[in-house]
Formats: sequence, C-alpha cells, structure tokens
Amino acid sequence: MAHFDPNARPFSNKWLNERLAVDTLKRVLSTEYWIPKNINFLWAMGMVLAVTFGLLLVSGIFLLMYYLPDTKQAFDSVNYTIMQEVGFGWLWRHIHGVAASVVFLIIYIHMFTGIYYGSYKRGRELIWISGMLLFVSFSAEAFSGYMLPWGQMSYWAGMVITNLFSLGSLELNGLVEWIRGDYVPGQAFLGRFFMLHVLLMPLIIIALIVFHFGTLRLPHVNNQDGEEIDFEAEAEKWKAGNRKEAKVIPFNPVFLSKDVFVMGVYFIIFFYLVFYNFEFAMDPVNFDPADPLKTPPHIYPEWYFLWSYEILRPFGKDAGLMWFGFAQVIFFLLPFLDRSPYVAPANRRRPFRCWFWILLVDMVALTILGKLPPEGIFTTLGTIFAYLFIALWIALPFITKMEKLVGGKK
Amino acid sequence: MSNRRDFMGMALGAFTGLGALGALYAAKRTWDPLPSVKSAGFTTVDVSSAEENVLYTEMWRGKPVFVIKVAKNSKPEGGGKNAYEDKRLITIGGDKFFVAIGLCTHLGCIPSYFPDQHKFICACHGGQFDAAGEVLKAPPPSPLVIPPFKVDGKKIVLGEAGPDYKKMKAAGLVA
Repeated sequence: MAHFDPNARPFSNKWLNERLAVDTLKRVLSTEYWIPKNINFLWAMGMVLAVTFGLLLVSGIFLLMYYLPDTKQAFDSVNYTIMQEVGFGWLWRHIHGVAASVVFLIIYIHMFTGIYYGSYKRGRELIWISGMLLFVSFSAEAFSGYMLPWGQMSYWAGMVITNLFSLGSLELNGLVEWIRGDYVPGQAFLGRFFMLHVLLMPLIIIALIVFHFGTLRLPHVNNQDGEEIDFEAEAEKWKAGNRKEAKVIPFNPVFLSKDVFVMGVYFIIFFYLVFYNFEFAMDPVNFDPADPLKTPPHIYPEWYFLWSYEILRPFGKDAGLMWFGFAQVIFFLLPFLDRSPYVAPANRRRPFRCWFWILLVDMVALTILGKLPPEGIFTTLGTIFAYLFIALWIALPFITKMEKLVGGKK
Repeated sequence: MSNRRDFMGMALGAFTGLGALGALYAAKRTWDPLPSVKSAGFTTVDVSSAEENVLYTEMWRGKPVFVIKVAKNSKPEGGGKNAYEDKRLITIGGDKFFVAIGLCTHLGCIPSYFPDQHKFICACHGGQFDAAGEVLKAPPPSPLVIPPFKVDGKKIVLGEAGPDYKKMKAAGLVA
C-alpha cells in the first residue's frame, strides 16, 4: 500500500510524488531519455513538426469561432468575416494556411532523413510505420481542411478525390454517393468533412503522435553513422560525470536546448512566410466561390500531393488507380523491402546510395510535372517518371540484397 | 465452457459485439444521402427553341447535364465519325439531340465544348469526346453517361426512364 505522508505540504514535490510519481515521470520521459551526440540539425525535425502541429491547433481554434460549415455561408465566413471583420482573423488564417503547407515540407524532410540514415531498420520498424500513419492522417486532415472555404478548388478537388472511390471500372457510384451524402459534394459533404477536420482527424493525429513517441522510447533515435549504441552503458558514463566520453546526452535539457535553437531559426523563416509571402499557400482559384456548373480549367492538388497525383495521370483509369494506390502504401513497406541488415547512411551503402538519390529526384520531378498541364512532352515525361517510381520500389529488395558497405565499419 | 468466468467473458463479448454492430449500422445510415436529397430528382428541359451545335447546360441532381441539337455534319476536327449518325442521340420532333451528364467519366471534371471543332475537351487530364459523347481520346474509359430520360413532346424529363431510354439501355448504349 502506498504511503502518504500526513505532513507533506499540498502540491509540494513530495506530495505530488506520492500521488503522481512526477520525478519518475520526468526522469523516464525527459532527463534520462538519452539521445546520441552524433546527430545533426535534421534530428530536430521531429520537434519542429510537433510545434508546427501546435501552431495549426491554436490558429485552428481561433478560425473555428467564426467559420460556418454551410455551403451558402462558408465562403463568406472565411473570405469576408475572418479576413475582413475579425480582428487579426487574417493572422490565424495565414498561420493556418502556411503551416498546413510547410508541415508537409518538414514531413518530407523528416521522412527522407529516416530513409537516408536507415532509421527504419530492425528495432525501428514501428517508428517508421507509425510515422507513415501520421503522414496519411495529415493528408486526410489537409484534404478535409481544403474543402472548408468552399471555393472552386475545394469543390472540384472534393469531386475528383471522392470519385476515386468508385474504384474505376468497378463503378461503385453508390459508395461515392455514400461518402458525399449526396450525388455531388453539397451540404452533407461539407458538414461531414468539417467534422473530420476539426474533431476526428485531430484526435487520431494526437493519438498517433503519442504512439510515434512511444515507438521511439526503446530503440532510441538513430545517429549519423548508424552505430549501435549501448545506451545504458553510455548513460552511466554521463551520470557519473564523464560527460565528454559519453556518447549520449539527456533529451532534457541538453538535446532540447539545441532543438529550441533549430526551432528558433525555423520560426524566423515560418513567420517571414506568414507575414510577407503567404500567397504560395493560398490558391487564387479558391478565391472564386464553388460553382458546380463550371470546372476550373486546371484542377491540381496542393504541391505536397502532386507527386502521387502525377502517378495517377498518365495511365488509363484502372491502371492509374492501381498505381496511385501502390504509391500510397508502398512507403509503409520500406522496412521489409529493404533486405540489407546494415544500418548506415545511404552514402556508404551501394547501390542503395543511387536508389536514394534517384527516388528523391524522381519525386521532385513528379511534383513539378503534376503542376504542368497534361500535354505533349509533359505527358511523356510524366509517364517515364511514374514508371521509374514503380521500378525503383520493385528493384529495392534486389538492390539491398546484394548490398556492399563502402568505408565505415563492418 | 470450462468455467463460470469464461462464460461471463463470452456473454459480455457477444453483447458488446452486438452493440458494436448496431452502432456501426447506425453510423453507416447517418452517412447515407438524406431522403430529401434522394427524392429531389426530376428536371424538365424544353428543347423547342434550341439552336444547332450550341451547348446548353442544365442542372439535374446537382450535376450538369449537356444538351446539344446536333448539326447534320458534326465530324470532330482531327478525325472521327460524324456524331450525327451516332445511335446515342435522341430524336425529338425530327431533330437529333445529344443529352448526357456533363461530367468526364475519368474523374468527374466538366469538359468544355468547342463548337467549331465539334468536340469536348476536358482540361483536367486531356480527355476528349465528340458531339455524341463518344470518347475520342483517353483517359476517360467510357462515353459520357446518358441519364434516365423521357421524351414528352418537345420536352425532356430527366430522372424518369421513358421508352426511348429503356430501348437504349436494352441496346447497351447508356452506361
């Protein structure tokens, strides 16, 4: 039976320890959660993402107070009420819009850092998978949020994306109508995507963030050389005062102080964008109210979906859908498609090094092509890069099977 | 049933499962289109004053419906059959009309009509249709969809399957 000291002052450290074990929590979650010294600024992206999500949450709360999820009023509630009438309403909207775009840039950097350093390999598979689940949830969150201003792009993106669920020649129009609650996107559609955006998806995302942190606790974060560190032994060195020799530092306050520095730099750039260069996150077409009888001449998603959109485009309906689906799930399988046991940065793994850079260039190329009109040479290039994407993933198990390390250990 | 605790566990599990199924069904039904949405469904189009080779766009169940009084020579520019001879056209008082839902069968964008070229071009993914809604260029996998219709004198009622529609359906002309 727990012992409660009758003389402990309420809310004193002792009193709290007896009731909440605050010292143990603090030790396990921060002051004795060990981070390798051998890392660089790319290891700060996780916390950068966490604070960006915080910004989205806070700005979203303020937007929610004036936004009206009604097909007749939504457009004006955003573009007139929030932008013109509400004091500093523009600030929340621009933070929300810029953060929604920038968060994907950081997610991609975070992902490619993980791929480059092999931070998804044995012991860290769940970190990768929970991260991919977060990516999918953020995509759903971004898409549902994009519907809310009920402009032309909202409406037509909603039309095109929900049509994907008819699954091509299967003609599941009933399913599409069920998702929309109508024959076309309308009030029922706006209402349910509003609910998803402000409640269900954020709840799922918060739960997944906790899970993502949880998957990190035992394997610990990777380091620049993929070195397998004995965290307990190294931690003992640190605790014994041998801080120079220890290969690790505590998460709080040592690692966090560096994290905060990176965040500071990030925030300077972020708020520069919010105040002086927010247009990139505000598609001009979406400043026309939704019109079911007029398709905009060009329908394209936000930049962060362009690469997978471009995989959909060059193929016929069914094949396009199939490869689009492939592109969505294949990243989940990375820890199992990579057959090499070595944890090392890509530049020491051959031929994986080439695979990594070709994949990166290919996805950038697909992103650029996704924004260009589907005509002439662009269609040809799009087809080539889409096939290249597929080929890369099919080749991955074979490439990693015959892997050789260059330099470094092992 | 080895003991009392197993029985209690299974009974609890079964009742919880039933409740979960019921809740799932209720959730599914909540997402269904409302009866008012489903029943608002008939649009009458008067075509007596339609001009040749001009696109008229009507609204039916929230979707655009294309109507064109097809000209005798509607050969699309760049090759293709004369759309006037197409079996998917509807004859009303001696004139031939093209009636179809104006959403590209690829992903639902609205194609634009170019009267001098006698064809539709979809801006989203570059699909093309002739003046009878037949595909001229992929990615659309099938012709523009003909909605259920009934010819009533010089009018067309959309949403009701008349004899002409049923005949076309039997011939496999309406998707």
